Amino acid sequence: MMHLIVLPVVLPAILAPFIIMAIRHHMDLQRIFSLAGTVALVAITLTLLAQAATGDIQVYELGNWPAPFGIVLVLDRLSALMIALTALLGLAVLLYVIGTDWDLKGRHFHPLFQFQLMGVMGAFLTGDAFNLFVFFEVLLIASYGLMIHGGGARRLRAGVQYVVYNLLGSTLFLFALGTLYAVTGTLNMADLAERVAVLPADETALIRVGAVLLLVVFAIKAAVLPLHFWLPASYANAPMPVAALFAIMTKVGAYSILRMYTLVFGPDVGSTDGLVGDWLLPAALLTLGAGTLGILGARKIGKLVAFSAIASMGTLLIAISLFTEQATGAAIYYIIHSTFATGMMFLVADLIVSRRGGIIAPGTPMAQNGLIASLFFAGAIALSGMPPLSGFIGKLLVMDGARDADQWALIWGVILIASLVTVVGFARAGSLIFWKGYEAEPPDEGTQETHPAPTSALPFVAVFGLLAGLILLSVFAGPVHDYARATAGQLFDPQEYIGAVLRGGK
Amino acid sequence: MSLFLIASLPFLGAIFPALLIRAGRNASAASAGMVTLTALIGLLTNAPAVLRGEVVVARIDWMPGLGLNANFFLDGLGLLFAGLILGIGLLIILYARFYLSRKDPMGQFYTYLLLFQGAMVGIVLSDNILLLLIFWELTSLSSFLLIGFWKHLPEGRQGARMALLVTGSGGLAMIGGMLIIGNIVGSYDLTVILQHKELIQASPLYLPALLLILAGCFTKSAQFPFHFWLPHAMAAPTPVSAYLHSATMVKAGLFLMARMWPVLAGTDAWFYIVATTGLVTMVLGAVIALFKDDLKALLAYSTVSQLGLITMLLGFGTKAAATAAVFHIINHATFKCALFMSAGIIDHSAHTRDIKRLGGLIHLMPLTFTIVLVAALSMAGIPPFNGFLSKEMMLEETLSAVWQGSPYLVAALAVFGALFSVAYSFRYIGHVFLGKRRSDYPGEPHDPGPGLWLAPVFLTFLVVVIGLFPNAVVGPLVQVASGAVIGDGQPVVFYAKLWHGFIPALYMSVVAVVGGFVLLLMQRRLAPLWDAAPRPEAKVIFDALVGGFTSLSRRLSEALHDGALSRYAAIFMVFTLALAAYAYGTGAKGAPNREMLDLTIMPVIGWICLTGATVCVVAFHRNRFLALVLIGVVGLIIALAFNYLSAPDLALTQISVEVVTIILLLLALNFMPKNTPQESSTGRKLRDATLSIGAGLGAGGLIYALMGREFSQPSISEFHLENSYSGGGGTNVVNVILVDFRGFDTFGEIIVLGIAAIVIFAITEAVLASNVRGRLLNREPDMAQAGNPHPLMMVVATRVMMPIALMVAAYIFFRGHNAPGGGFIAGLIAAIAVVMQYMASGYEWAADRQRVYYHGIIGSGVLIAALTGMGSWFAGLPFLTSSFGYITIWPLEKFEWATAALFDLGVFLAVLGAVMLALESLARFAWQPGMDSEHPMEINPARDDADNHEKQEA
Repeated sequence: MMHLIVLPVVLPAILAPFIIMAIRHHMDLQRIFSLAGTVALVAITLTLLAQAATGDIQVYELGNWPAPFGIVLVLDRLSALMIALTALLGLAVLLYVIGTDWDLKGRHFHPLFQFQLMGVMGAFLTGDAFNLFVFFEVLLIASYGLMIHGGGARRLRAGVQYVVYNLLGSTLFLFALGTLYAVTGTLNMADLAERVAVLPADETALIRVGAVLLLVVFAIKAAVLPLHFWLPASYANAPMPVAALFAIMTKVGAYSILRMYTLVFGPDVGSTDGLVGDWLLPAALLTLGAGTLGILGARKIGKLVAFSAIASMGTLLIAISLFTEQATGAAIYYIIHSTFATGMMFLVADLIVSRRGGIIAPGTPMAQNGLIASLFFAGAIALSGMPPLSGFIGKLLVMDGARDADQWALIWGVILIASLVTVVGFARAGSLIFWKGYEAEPPDEGTQETHPAPTSALPFVAVFGLLAGLILLSVFAGPVHDYARATAGQLFDPQEYIGAVLRGGK
Repeated sequence: MSLFLIASLPFLGAIFPALLIRAGRNASAASAGMVTLTALIGLLTNAPAVLRGEVVVARIDWMPGLGLNANFFLDGLGLLFAGLILGIGLLIILYARFYLSRKDPMGQFYTYLLLFQGAMVGIVLSDNILLLLIFWELTSLSSFLLIGFWKHLPEGRQGARMALLVTGSGGLAMIGGMLIIGNIVGSYDLTVILQHKELIQASPLYLPALLLILAGCFTKSAQFPFHFWLPHAMAAPTPVSAYLHSATMVKAGLFLMARMWPVLAGTDAWFYIVATTGLVTMVLGAVIALFKDDLKALLAYSTVSQLGLITMLLGFGTKAAATAAVFHIINHATFKCALFMSAGIIDHSAHTRDIKRLGGLIHLMPLTFTIVLVAALSMAGIPPFNGFLSKEMMLEETLSAVWQGSPYLVAALAVFGALFSVAYSFRYIGHVFLGKRRSDYPGEPHDPGPGLWLAPVFLTFLVVVIGLFPNAVVGPLVQVASGAVIGDGQPVVFYAKLWHGFIPALYMSVVAVVGGFVLLLMQRRLAPLWDAAPRPEAKVIFDALVGGFTSLSRRLSEALHDGALSRYAAIFMVFTLALAAYAYGTGAKGAPNREMLDLTIMPVIGWICLTGATVCVVAFHRNRFLALVLIGVVGLIIALAFNYLSAPDLALTQISVEVVTIILLLLALNFMPKNTPQESSTGRKLRDATLSIGAGLGAGGLIYALMGREFSQPSISEFHLENSYSGGGGTNVVNVILVDFRGFDTFGEIIVLGIAAIVIFAITEAVLASNVRGRLLNREPDMAQAGNPHPLMMVVATRVMMPIALMVAAYIFFRGHNAPGGGFIAGLIAAIAVVMQYMASGYEWAADRQRVYYHGIIGSGVLIAALTGMGSWFAGLPFLTSSFGYITIWPLEKFEWATAALFDLGVFLAVLGAVMLALESLARFAWQPGMDSEHPMEINPARDDADNHEKQEA
């Protein structure tokens, strides 16, 4: 079915207004529709993933206008992977939210959630630079709504910072697009790629400005130092399940960098030579550093996980910034890992926060202490890149991908030391939260259940689902890595993409 | 049994104890035991082949792309270690069943233990160094859980974290080393790597790789200066100490050194680093051990010392030394494990491990005494026990080691260390068991039941048997294991005997034993001196380092993320400007190739107004109301500019957006202080001014540069101009772009509007549900209120204007496709028409007359747009494909129909609903009870007339 590719955008875009219009006063109906829609999204995106895995690039011309004049959606290996990842994470988060009644704590959770999915999906699928901007706006405004879901002074204040900082980015996005359009006369990414490649020599200054401004925009989304400032407070103060969903949002930035700087401003493009990797690599290393420092110094669980999200982005961007096929393969594997791991850890953090509050300090053992402790342990293993979960494999892949780089020793050193500091930070937090509470009274069956245990099993289903994702990612690391390498191969051979969009589009 | 199964059995079986604990502690322990036993039997089925000199292999491709594969191989060394791990594991499981108390969660314990066991087996069977790294780190993690098993003990937690940090950091260093080795050789498979000695040792990266790998080995095997974690790990339950910290985990480092021996050993660097570290560790550990009063601490430091001994032997790099090392690994495992178990037994019944509070236990615990006697004598190197054999081999090897030209230095230090180990071994026997029976034991010392003594007795039995018949019992095993260590394919000759004749090693042994005995006699007098001597306390340094680093990173992190948005934005600005300037400066730019327009009077006036208004905004920004008005001026001039430059659609949009925005901002301003407080210092103002001028110049310069040049290639807008009428059915290209060419963008943007509105609604609900509502209800207006909030003139005017405004909206909507206008502008105009009613008669009055909810309008707008787009699917065309045609309905003229109009209707509704919902939400903040009257206007002559009329009638 040729329309399948547009469904990840259209389905939530119908579902959300329907919920607003017809069933906004019926939480049970909202849950049913929202969940059914998300399950359908999982099925659709997995089908698309299977289609893309063959190596074909599908192009969908909206409004039946040929590229580059109309807008196109493009499904290649990378975008198929990203939308499938979005749907899977979305399903886990939604199950968690329903199980913990988070959706009752404010208005319009489900429509905003669906709009958020729509924005992310659209950003991954679109083949048009201006349309990418539109979807950035959709996901920004929806994420702002989700972020302040439930209200509270601290959350609202953090929300203002979030939205203001990201609006700065949006403004810059317009500047970048204006520059690119004024120089090249087009907005379609494939067309941009063709035109930039043959750009007259005296146009490079402006196209370079456009390219670098665009990179700044994406770097904000990807939380690259020194443009990451919006992240820690907003993620830490957002509802934790929403922060879990945001694990895919930073990936939108990473994805966009990967897409634009392999397709349009690729490493072989002369006019934008030396613009990207040269500063992105040090910035990524610093991002990893800042993230790990934050992990070690965190006083609250929310901050702890938020900073580990930053650290994880740092590692990912190290791999991306090398712009080699091998490192990109590693990056793509790492994207999957980082999304599941960060999402899972935020959910675990919510399990803890809802039982004993968010401060990293000893307290009385909470309900389901042991179970949550093991989940925290697993999440910490994943995020700090220890075996046997996929973080370790991802880390090895990134290091292996960096071995031909000039700064390999620096990269390895930073990654390994960061790993160590992360381990220390999580060990400290975990032992304070889960162990130290036993100091006053040795474990004694019966008196442990000081807080009433929440009854729903759904939250745990969600967390275990994500953990299962991490485990499968390790067990089937071979096939997944093959897919990632094939994806990188596709990215570094942009002629295929360009040909599909501009010449083979039907 | 397949190697895969052997390695994975403990992992797979780890679930059973945790589950079966509900069926009782015996079931739990038995399941753990069965799993281990099965794996051990599986291992033994492979033993004959290995002892014949074969290498059993099993390979699965896991990640061939990375070179990480699940390849296992079993050679002599692997057999030795796997046998130790599984065999001793079995004894530990038995021992722990009776050691742990009823309060301890035994299921968890066995689960952790099996996980650890699996990781260890994995290390020793791995044929892939990346796989080995995985198992290596797993041992660190599982030992973290085991050391911290007693959650309520602070020492346990701290010890666990220290062990994790030290061994984990070594493991991470090793990752680096292993990857370097893999890069040099081009393969991560051990069997391949082991064949490339010359290649590796000739590489310039040999030394870094060696250092990194040794960092892993030394931390794991508690070599100086990383030895300090091991004594603190003794906070773990004794079975853990016996298993991890004597028999298995701490030997992982030794294993790896032995494993990599064929390619790494034999260089000067290897000798000086490994042998020296081993020697220092051996001496230092032995000396400290003598002065420890805690039994487990004594054993811990003795383990450190013995591990140093083995490291030193491996460091010598000779075949004989390697063989001795292998032999001592076996011997140390047997006697040290037995000693730890006996320490646990003493602790269990006497309730103390403090040597000063013990003594004379021989009368109460004869069986335990026998165990300790045999094992400790073996540790001291007294014949006929097995420790004697390997220790003598060691002493003999030291004689041939030359350190920086001094031939006897190593030997002398080795004897010195041996002397102390004799002393502490004797001390365990003498100060704990001998002497007078005391009356003040904290507990009641007694021999334990068979559950606790069976395992140590079996081990001491091995100590004796190996001592007496070394060649028959372990000879073949040592031979294949040493063969694997040396790895040159030559058969290894191992022949141990108790009596070699009067050789130097014997004299050294005698010196050590006699000297050790004398030393023990002096121990009580030396102890105060030792305690008084200043020495670095590793834990204090470690804690200070970790604590310091933690608080440093906290300070750094919190200083960096201090929550000041202005600073974040400043950094963003500087960074963006710098990057853009760099990018511009490094590129080439041609001269402007577009003709400049002539300067006429209109743009000049506009420019003056625009800059003037902007300067005024800066000057008067503290007065928020005035600033708002000035911003309105800016917006209007921009609208005029659009119009002047022939963009009527943009001008219309800009004007209507301007009106709606200003109304919304005015509403918001109602709740805010009317003046901006003065908060910035002069320095900050200067910074901000510089930044904003920089940003303005940057943006302006960029736009100027862009406008000065033509497109480098033909723009896509040519296509839009050409196809607007023929393909889109409209002559207004802007509108056709919005609803057709790029309808998908518009679809996204109306969704953005809709989301914004429902987010505003959600915030309103959240705020009004909090205690803010009370403050709002009780607020005092900070400005004089209008005496007549709903004036007659305004009410009447807006009522009259409403149908006209709506007509205009309809007109703008329908002409949109061919002339300036369209759904977006029409939606804004309609919204303004409704807003006027709110303004004229108040929120409550208007809300009472509201029949359709704005949520529904937004939803229907987006839905109509989406459904219009989906309609094209039925024609087999992509989403949002438009269709149009011309019909004539009598008596009207021919007119056009287009699906795009339906899409535009969606846009219209979404815009209308979004604006109204936002406005209504903001208006709800202002609501106070009794604020609005039931009448549309305060003063109504007609009503007054009617009232007067009634009064008159009355």
